[in-house]
Amino acid sequence: MTVIEEPDSATRRIRPPEDDTVLDVRDLQMRYGSTDVLTGVTFAARRGEVLGLLGPNGAGKTTTIEILEGFRMRSAGEVSVLGIDPAQGDEAWRARLGVVLQSWRDHGKWRVRELLAHLGTYYTPYATGGARGPWDPDELVSAVGLTEHAHKRVGRLSGGQRRRLDVAIGIVGRPELLFLDEPTVGFDPEARREFHDLVHRLSDDEDTTILLTTHDLDEAEKLADRIVILAGGAIIADGSADELSRRMSTEAEIKWTRDGQRFVHSTLDSTKFVHDLFRQYGEAIGDLEVRRASLEDTYVAMVREHEAGRGTAAVRKFEGATR
Amino acid sequence: MRSGKANAMRAGWSRGIIELRHMLSTPQDLWTFFFFTAILLAVTIFMRGSTVEGTSFSLGSMTLPSILGMSIASGGLTNLTQMLTVEREDGTLLRAKAVPDGMLGYLVGKVVLVSGLTLVNIAALLIPGLFLFSGIATGGVGSWLTFAWVLALGLAACLPLGAILGSMFSNPRMMGLIMFPIMGAVGISGIFYPTSALPEWLQGIAQVLPIYWLGLGMRSALLPDGLSAVEIGHSWRHLETLGVLGLWAAFGLTVAPIVLRRMARRESGSSVAARREKAMQRVT
Repeated sequence: MTVIEEPDSATRRIRPPEDDTVLDVRDLQMRYGSTDVLTGVTFAARRGEVLGLLGPNGAGKTTTIEILEGFRMRSAGEVSVLGIDPAQGDEAWRARLGVVLQSWRDHGKWRVRELLAHLGTYYTPYATGGARGPWDPDELVSAVGLTEHAHKRVGRLSGGQRRRLDVAIGIVGRPELLFLDEPTVGFDPEARREFHDLVHRLSDDEDTTILLTTHDLDEAEKLADRIVILAGGAIIADGSADELSRRMSTEAEIKWTRDGQRFVHSTLDSTKFVHDLFRQYGEAIGDLEVRRASLEDTYVAMVREHEAGRGTAAVRKFEGATR
Repeated sequence: MRSGKANAMRAGWSRGIIELRHMLSTPQDLWTFFFFTAILLAVTIFMRGSTVEGTSFSLGSMTLPSILGMSIASGGLTNLTQMLTVEREDGTLLRAKAVPDGMLGYLVGKVVLVSGLTLVNIAALLIPGLFLFSGIATGGVGSWLTFAWVLALGLAACLPLGAILGSMFSNPRMMGLIMFPIMGAVGISGIFYPTSALPEWLQGIAQVLPIYWLGLGMRSALLPDGLSAVEIGHSWRHLETLGVLGLWAAFGLTVAPIVLRRMARRESGSSVAARREKAMQRVT
């Protein structure tokens, strides 16, 4: 299922079964004037999957998401979102999507619960046509932890509380597919953890498919079942955080103590190294710690390699490793 | 999906009522809103001593209906234009776009809100006016019928125009560009100064614009019939009023959906973010 592929070869990819595919993007291209923003993006997502879309600024993440949301027309390529081309998406299709927007100062005079109840009413007639119908406003307010502030004016919320409200607005129609564009900017650690719990709940209990962009790689590692890295207008990597770090030949860091002394060693083959270590010193080894490269290490290495113009070569190398 | 559209129109109605309640319960909004109304009322009170040239009728009584006509036009035009540009910048419109039938609900809501505000504004001018001035609405039921159709047609003519202007200007700080021509139009439309006393070419311009006809229509509704003598053509010209306002309404209702759709299509997260960036730069 998880394959790291050449940016321009859509054919070799192993696809999930068709009926389970919520999101299917093939060779998506976007050009503004003479600038190519997307040069051939291909990826897919299955029902209930949390997909993390990562990439440096200007890589085309926002453009990609806006095309999938139906807010922007593409130049070329095939896109299917919930089985429908977003360029032709009607209101019944829209009712099955959730979009979490960056807020600023809109609806400042509305009260939290009042706004959620109002926006929910738009989804009611579509509840029979495939969409699941809106959340109960009180349940939703409590799900995003805003019960205390339910009757506060939106304009008086703090930054983190507003962001929770944005998430609540995004999921008010119980979407099958949710777009989260940098959802936790401005969250304190506790709010972040609560948000992560909510994301897990949405994907596990409600079977919501989630496409998430973030610059917080720790968050991506915690939340995403699968990571897609977009750089220079194409996908340079696609796989779970674990698989990516294993395939990218980043070295693991091994720490241990012996005779009261601390040792650190970096190696590609940590298993063999540790084995040798114990064979040589046996019980004298203490406080052993093996740290595989984090997603952040992998990500930085991949993007750097791509930017150095060796992207294609590096990707080929990974592909060879999977066979 | 018919039920979706009907549902969104109901949602839009409650949206308009909720926002009207918000505005009428926010002291700052009330102040900006009624400040202007109070000034207009004060102006007419100062005019009470003078009389319409060649008659013994109070100039204040004559000006009050004209001001009502102007308020319908300016309320419909400037309020809607301003709300659309501001709410495009702050992302309200994009949020509406992300919701099924949300744009329809949003528009219905705005029409309800702006019409409601206009009605409140007119009541705030007219109710004290009935006690302060003599000779207003002496025609009984007929007066109020004319009042009602001029008001309804005036809103139908001006609201779509406001929507068109609001879609064309993306920057709320461009409102000045819209306000000056409107003030100019008020100046030549016989609200404070009779159009018949102006050069013919200015009279011609005034009679193309809706403000003149709204003022005339309101005067015809609320003033004694004899006063039509001081108007252009010595008549209330109801047919012409119906024709010009009707044409504006037809034009607006045809063009507004096209312009609004085009504007809505361009809204996306990045366009809102770009405008936010620009606005933030202006603030700092």
